[in-house]
Amino acid sequence: MEEKLRIIEKDARQAMASAGSLEELNEIRLKYLGKKGELTQVLRGMGALSAEERPRIGQVANEVRASIDQELAARTTVLKELAIGQRLKEEGIDVTLPGVPVLRGGRHPLSIVSEEIQTFFLGLGYSIADGPEIETDYYNFEALNLPKDHPARDMQDTFFINNQTLLRTHTSPVQVRTMEKMAPELPVKIIVPGKVYRRDDDATHSPMFSQVEGLAVDRRITFSDLKGTLDLFAREMFGPKTKTRFRPSYFPFTEPSAEVDISCVMCGGKGCRVCSHTGWLEILGSGMVHPQVLEVSGYNSEQVTGFAFGMGVERITMLKYGIDDLRVLFDNDLRFLQQF
Amino acid sequence: MYISYNWLKDFVELDIPAQELADRLTLAGIAVESVTALGEGIEKVVTGQIETISPHPNADKLVITRVNTGEEKLQIVTAATNVSEGDVVPVALVGARLAGGFVIKRAKLRGVESLGMMCSGQELGIDSKTMPADQAHGIMILPPGTPLGRDAKEVLGLNDYILELDLTPNRGDCLSIIGVAREVAALTGKPFHLSEPTFPELEEKIDGQVQVDIEAPDLCRRYIARLIKNVRIGRSPLWMQSRLRSAGMRPISNIVDVTNYIMLEMGQPLHAFDYDQLVDHHIIVRRAGEKETMVSLDNVTRELNPDMIAITDPSGPVAVAGVMGGLTSEVTDHTTAILLESAYFNPVSIRRASKTLGLRSEASIRFEKGIDIGGCLRAVNRAAQLIYEMGAGEVVSGTVDNYISPVTEKTVLFRPARATHVLGMEVTRSKAAEILSNLQFKTQEAGEDLLVTVPSHRVDVGREEDLIEEVARLYGYHQVPATLPYGPTTHGVKTREQSFRSLIADTLAATGFNEVVTYSFTNPGVFDLMNLPGDSPLRYTIKIENPLSEKHSVMRTLLLPGLLEVLANNFSRRVQNGAIFELGRIFMPIEAGTCEERTVLAAAAMGRAEGSWNTPARELDFYFLKGVLENLFRVLGTAAASFLPESANPSFHPGRTALIEAGGRRLGLAGELHPKVLEKYELPERVVAFEIDLDALFYVSGQPRVYRPLPKFPGMERDLAVVVKKETPAADVLEVIRNTGGELLSTVDLFDIYWGEQVPEGFQSMAFKLKYQAGDRTLTDAEVSELTAAIAAKLSERFGAGLRS
Ligand SMILES: [Zn+2]
Repeated sequence: MEEKLRIIEKDARQAMASAGSLEELNEIRLKYLGKKGELTQVLRGMGALSAEERPRIGQVANEVRASIDQELAARTTVLKELAIGQRLKEEGIDVTLPGVPVLRGGRHPLSIVSEEIQTFFLGLGYSIADGPEIETDYYNFEALNLPKDHPARDMQDTFFINNQTLLRTHTSPVQVRTMEKMAPELPVKIIVPGKVYRRDDDATHSPMFSQVEGLAVDRRITFSDLKGTLDLFAREMFGPKTKTRFRPSYFPFTEPSAEVDISCVMCGGKGCRVCSHTGWLEILGSGMVHPQVLEVSGYNSEQVTGFAFGMGVERITMLKYGIDDLRVLFDNDLRFLQQF
Repeated sequence: MYISYNWLKDFVELDIPAQELADRLTLAGIAVESVTALGEGIEKVVTGQIETISPHPNADKLVITRVNTGEEKLQIVTAATNVSEGDVVPVALVGARLAGGFVIKRAKLRGVESLGMMCSGQELGIDSKTMPADQAHGIMILPPGTPLGRDAKEVLGLNDYILELDLTPNRGDCLSIIGVAREVAALTGKPFHLSEPTFPELEEKIDGQVQVDIEAPDLCRRYIARLIKNVRIGRSPLWMQSRLRSAGMRPISNIVDVTNYIMLEMGQPLHAFDYDQLVDHHIIVRRAGEKETMVSLDNVTRELNPDMIAITDPSGPVAVAGVMGGLTSEVTDHTTAILLESAYFNPVSIRRASKTLGLRSEASIRFEKGIDIGGCLRAVNRAAQLIYEMGAGEVVSGTVDNYISPVTEKTVLFRPARATHVLGMEVTRSKAAEILSNLQFKTQEAGEDLLVTVPSHRVDVGREEDLIEEVARLYGYHQVPATLPYGPTTHGVKTREQSFRSLIADTLAATGFNEVVTYSFTNPGVFDLMNLPGDSPLRYTIKIENPLSEKHSVMRTLLLPGLLEVLANNFSRRVQNGAIFELGRIFMPIEAGTCEERTVLAAAAMGRAEGSWNTPARELDFYFLKGVLENLFRVLGTAAASFLPESANPSFHPGRTALIEAGGRRLGLAGELHPKVLEKYELPERVVAFEIDLDALFYVSGQPRVYRPLPKFPGMERDLAVVVKKETPAADVLEVIRNTGGELLSTVDLFDIYWGEQVPEGFQSMAFKLKYQAGDRTLTDAEVSELTAAIAAKLSERFGAGLRS
């Protein structure tokens, strides 16, 4: 009997070792180890053995069983490995084929830039304020130190609804509206994104465009704070190497007033076509809030100072993305919009 | 304003190059737009006199001239027709370079040798607009007596630089050479010098020869008249012509040129009247009458109004002050005596008059910014000096100077501590005093502070801030440090509504929509394009009084037309697929002049989402749009929204449009546009769109999200297919299923809809996947089957639905 067992062991191991697939291996397993398998058959004959022989043969049977199991396990591992290898070999795909298309959408570049500007100032503790686009002459001009017949009104060609109502020419009326609401509370720190309108339509002017206005009013706001804030802003928007230049200018609602240039984003200040070979690009107007404006808004200009600035989002967007034609921003060609 | 570098040198010493001067002015707030070198690149052009002109043997249109250039006599062949023997002209010698790089060579013209060329103004880089009319397109003719053989650039003042200023409206004082020279002096620290004009006067006195009455002292605070006799009208000297040209003005005649010259040099516009044409030699300054008329210099009858200042004689207006002279008193070649006017007019009145008349002149531009009332006398005297010096007339002794309540000088207190506080930079009293004195302000110490007297030419300065700005700008803004505001921390955060808008835009962008920006003004014709009836309230718009064009003449009451136009533009460029959206305001009139601005979300889509090699293309149809909205509502936490059939909107397809409601509020419409609208916009056959009121959406959104525990027991699924009449809305079927399924039915999905074979005509099959779930136990097969059967029975009862296996 022992011999029989050894023969089964040898045959089974041999058969398993040469099994070519997991299926074949399974058949072999059944042939030897199944309920009607050869080993099982032999073991059934154990009952006929003598009491002395039984433990010995039993042990041999266990050894044989373990040996076959071992071979089975080993072969299973090998065959699984082979099968996976085969599968991976057969299943290759062309990864250079295009992916499943997703419907492409996106924000308008003007919104992207406007939100970027807002995010910067939110981080500095400014809130976002809002006001009407159809504005009164009072808020758009009068309260901003621009009485009727002021020559500086010529700087902003206006669309009128009637002699008291107009399309706002800048976001600055929201300065006064906000301060009126807040006075005498301090500090006032707001940013005002919005659409504005001027009666101009040519290659470099759109009759509707976007501005972002900023206003900070408190007990000790200084012109140097304006410089520091805008300096930081310019570096955030245009890169850490950006330099700023403050040039004296004139706006009726600020004094002192400054126009702010940044070092040219195209040439880094060496001079190129974009900056008209000056190395500088004008990006915004700013200044200390005029005492008159503080007073009409309900603040005591002896106790409170403030700075304000305003920038055209179109200009900044064009500089950021290297857009050389203002009109494409309002043309809404999908081939343009999908670039952002 | 064009400023000649050389002209500045009359008043201030200049030892820095023009470009550096320009940079320094720019950084001090006098922005220099450009610096142009006159006569740049022009070489070897000299003055020469034409001695003889003789016909060309071989050409009718050419003549042969002999030109004396002082050192030699040259034979020059020319086609010019405006030259005569004896004329002095600029001559380009062989080897000369002209404007535009043109080089003169020895030439033979139709067999006759020509050794040079006579030049036109343009060939010397002079704008033809500044040339006398008769020389604008011919050879430039220099005054007789011009020395020969001299460098023409020298003679014509072309060795000069022109600074083009882009002045801010407050700096009217810099609309003059003297004004800029003052700035230059303050910037460079060089002395500014201005001498008093001196000239001999005739024995006879002006008294009794001229009478001036100011009847509108609010509009004219000063009026000075000077009388010039024995006037000889002619050309002004070349140096004066050159200077006028350098400022972009055309020389006219000696008297007119002097008035322009004074305006450029001093910023004071002058007017010259023909003395003998003034009735009674009496000037009355008054408001013009309603509908009063005057024939202006250009021979146009102008209608005046009481906003305008009329300079009149007893017979009527002879000029509109500061804006336009009258024809009758114009200085002509026959004029022998002139009355020179130097006055100060109310800036607002001048501004209105020039606007009403549509006439903006160099004079009105200066008057409306406010001229130096203290400089009127010097200006008229300087004019008299020049007229005398050029031999154009003799000056009658004295002036008539009507000066109503002469302005006492403005004094302003300057507190260095305040300046320091505003600028964030230490400003000392001594430094401020130095800067202000350099700018011609007088300063006097007053305790810690300065009492500052403002010179009359600085009409823009009236309060302390103005002085702080002067100090800061002369100090240089670059000297101010950069700091950040110091104070309590503030919370920078978007309001809920602002965040909501960003979330909407970002979500739509993520689901395939491109944000567009369209104009808020629109064409009133869009309401027809949108197929709206004549009485639609949307046609009631806010109108712009002065639109750029009819196309942009009313404020929009709808966003969709703008979006359709965008799609149509794209479609016409063969961009045939796409989805767009806009978040923008509409303007709904309430009553005269007031309006409500509402923010609206609108979107539109055409064509399809392109497929690929393994993905089928997908139509951007109603259900696409609805899916996008459903996703948007989920992201926004909007209350459950229902889409109700809507067939009454004339812009939309009556069978493919839904009214969107949520939380008991009407949000807007979504649907396919009406074929008539699409045809008018030249859009493809199907375009879908929605327009939603943002306030309404905001109101029903942001529902709190509450956590529901995940199921602990397995759920069960059943498929149920029912056959119902084709017009049965899915929403109704779903409602019955949900109601009948009760709490145990956790979700229902309509996964198939089918008609055709095996389904009777007029019916459709809807297949649902029902998911059952109990929170407290595992459901049994029997109970789920029973519930499903109950649902089927209810459907059969409600819709006569039959089951389909
Ligand atoms: Zn550059």
